[in-house]
Amino acid sequence: MKYVNEYRDEELAQSYIKKIKDTVTRKWNIMEVCGGQTHSLVKNGILDLLPNEVNMIHGPGCPVCVTPIHLIDKAIYLAEEKGVTLCSYGDMLRVPGSSRSLLDAKAQGADVRILYSPLEAVTLAQQNPEKEVVFFAVGFETTAPANAMSVVQAKQMGVKNYSILTSHVLVPPAIEAVMNDEDSVIHGFLAAGHVCTIMGISEYGPLVEKYKIPIVVTGFEPVDLLQGIYMTVKQLESGKYVLENQYSRVVQAKGNLKAIEMINEVFNVQDRVWRGIGPIPESGYEVKAEYEAYNANIRFNVQIEEAEENKSCIAGQVLKGIKKPFECPEFGKKCKPEFPLGAPMVSSEGACAAYYHFNRATENISA
Amino acid sequence: MQLSCPMPKMDYDRITLGHGGGGTLTNRLLEQGVFDILGNEILDTHHDGAVFHMNGMMAFSTDSFVVSPIFFPGGDIGELAVNGTVNDLAMCGAKPQYLSLSFIIEEGFLVEDFWRILCSIKDACQRAGVKIVTGDTKVVENGKGDQIFINTSGVGIIEPKAQIRMDRVKAGDVIIVSNVVASHGIAIMSVREGLQFESDILSDTQPLNHVVTAMIDEFGDHIHLLKDPTRGGIASVLNEIVRDINLGIHLDEKQIPIDSQVKGACEILGLDPLYVANEGIFIAIVDARFAEDIVSQLKKNEACEHATIIGQIVPDHPRQVVMRSGIGGKRVVNMLVGEQLPRIC
Repeated sequence: MKYVNEYRDEELAQSYIKKIKDTVTRKWNIMEVCGGQTHSLVKNGILDLLPNEVNMIHGPGCPVCVTPIHLIDKAIYLAEEKGVTLCSYGDMLRVPGSSRSLLDAKAQGADVRILYSPLEAVTLAQQNPEKEVVFFAVGFETTAPANAMSVVQAKQMGVKNYSILTSHVLVPPAIEAVMNDEDSVIHGFLAAGHVCTIMGISEYGPLVEKYKIPIVVTGFEPVDLLQGIYMTVKQLESGKYVLENQYSRVVQAKGNLKAIEMINEVFNVQDRVWRGIGPIPESGYEVKAEYEAYNANIRFNVQIEEAEENKSCIAGQVLKGIKKPFECPEFGKKCKPEFPLGAPMVSSEGACAAYYHFNRATENISA
Repeated sequence: MQLSCPMPKMDYDRITLGHGGGGTLTNRLLEQGVFDILGNEILDTHHDGAVFHMNGMMAFSTDSFVVSPIFFPGGDIGELAVNGTVNDLAMCGAKPQYLSLSFIIEEGFLVEDFWRILCSIKDACQRAGVKIVTGDTKVVENGKGDQIFINTSGVGIIEPKAQIRMDRVKAGDVIIVSNVVASHGIAIMSVREGLQFESDILSDTQPLNHVVTAMIDEFGDHIHLLKDPTRGGIASVLNEIVRDINLGIHLDEKQIPIDSQVKGACEILGLDPLYVANEGIFIAIVDARFAEDIVSQLKKNEACEHATIIGQIVPDHPRQVVMRSGIGGKRVVNMLVGEQLPRIC
């Protein structure tokens, strides 16, 4: 696989590890924002290869993890009480709401489907005009263009039984929320390469200036991550803070203009509640008024009570990087992927699930 | 296959509830279909059960098949149903001999498709050298099943030289995988409704009994354990092994053989090939002194041309599978949680 294998090369990876070791002189806390990066760090065993001085903190960039409980409850309600065909990505279906997950609802007879793309949901709606089809549109800026496209396409095709339940969140406000938290200990960020592929990098310059922190736009393969970490450490050690782009083979400064146009056509920015973190101003997308016929919130006008998180789950502290997953007393005990107490144990991008799957007993690894 | 196995003229083109009712329609379906194509001296007695001689220690296994879609690149549910039970028996060190075959068919299922599946079962039985000796056919109402489900059970005599047991696995043993991983799961995925993507990836479904017999003949009790990593992939099977022994497994990611198209598809779909189902490979845990020779012998067989040593049984980290990642890091490889892809076999 060209353009992938090169970034999994052992020799190159080891050379960056050496460079990081040679450069670092003190402890630095670096947050990788994106859950995909967390997954890659753990899956490739990078955390154990880094020197102790480099402390990777896993950020809130797992869209499934930050989708509020009441939205999951609402999706379940729509599927069960309103008889809609509720579609979403696989991970989303496993996340527990206040009492159950969408997969539980499916097992009890609700029409819940796993799809890989919202455009398939539009086709499903077109083929089943007697059914209401709702796509649970979760994600960061990366999935927004496709979700927006599904709405535009449904409108163009005259599909009137399709709508989306939106839970879209944005990375830059999340970085602000993390930095504004009084418990924050972050010295630098790896920004999410895929998000920047869509949005470009212009939103990150002001954050670098405001918080005087290095931000390095970084990819997802092991060599990408190690290079991104090295670039961040180099800046930190030399007292610099600038915006750099490690993932320049994919990310262009202006982003994907067509995709941004599509997002702006359908969505506007609004305040969002993040599961485990709370409300963040202007941190998400909602369907614009001119497309409200495709907004499941308006179409079904369902009021769901705010539900409480499981009290023993420390997801908020994990998502803000204050605690590591294994510092949770329930990690791997009462909370496992089969019966998660909180969302980070569910999604493959969640920090707790990543630790559970790949790194559960780092201290025991001696092979 | 259609040429060598022409469908007889039948006066119905879809299976009806009557075909499972035990009356004349059932008899016609059996006589024109099942008995005609799968017949042998034991089945032909039309007794309530199969009666036959077996001498020696036996293995007995059963498996149900609900794969969707029923026809997929590289195979179909019929072939899978034979190979699945044949391979389970082979993993016990047995020579598979007799199989039972039961269908649960949904009303409205095309007779032509049923015939195609029967032909495929016949071919698979010939390839594996086994006989269908008893069976059953039930039909459920439309909407109460999904086309066709198959159960097979089988018996076989343990090969005289086989000493295949979990308690024979010891520290220092070497882990061999017999061929490339993850092909079956990705082949199914490539034709799943809503997911179709173009590829040449074929399911690896095949009988493993002949190659296993040859290996046991040559290396006897140096083969300590055999497992076929179907659902849950090699990761789940290796975890089952360490769960049962107080030892650990060390794997080397770079050594795990995988077809480049399958690898690419896994990347796109976000699947870890270690957890993707296989239907035509096995894991062998063998005495380290003979590992290289065993791999050389396996490679001579087309079914095992990519046989490779992928790891070792170690005294460290008991009950854990730890893998050296491609860049030299380490990760724990856990049991599959939930479903990576439902109805894969």
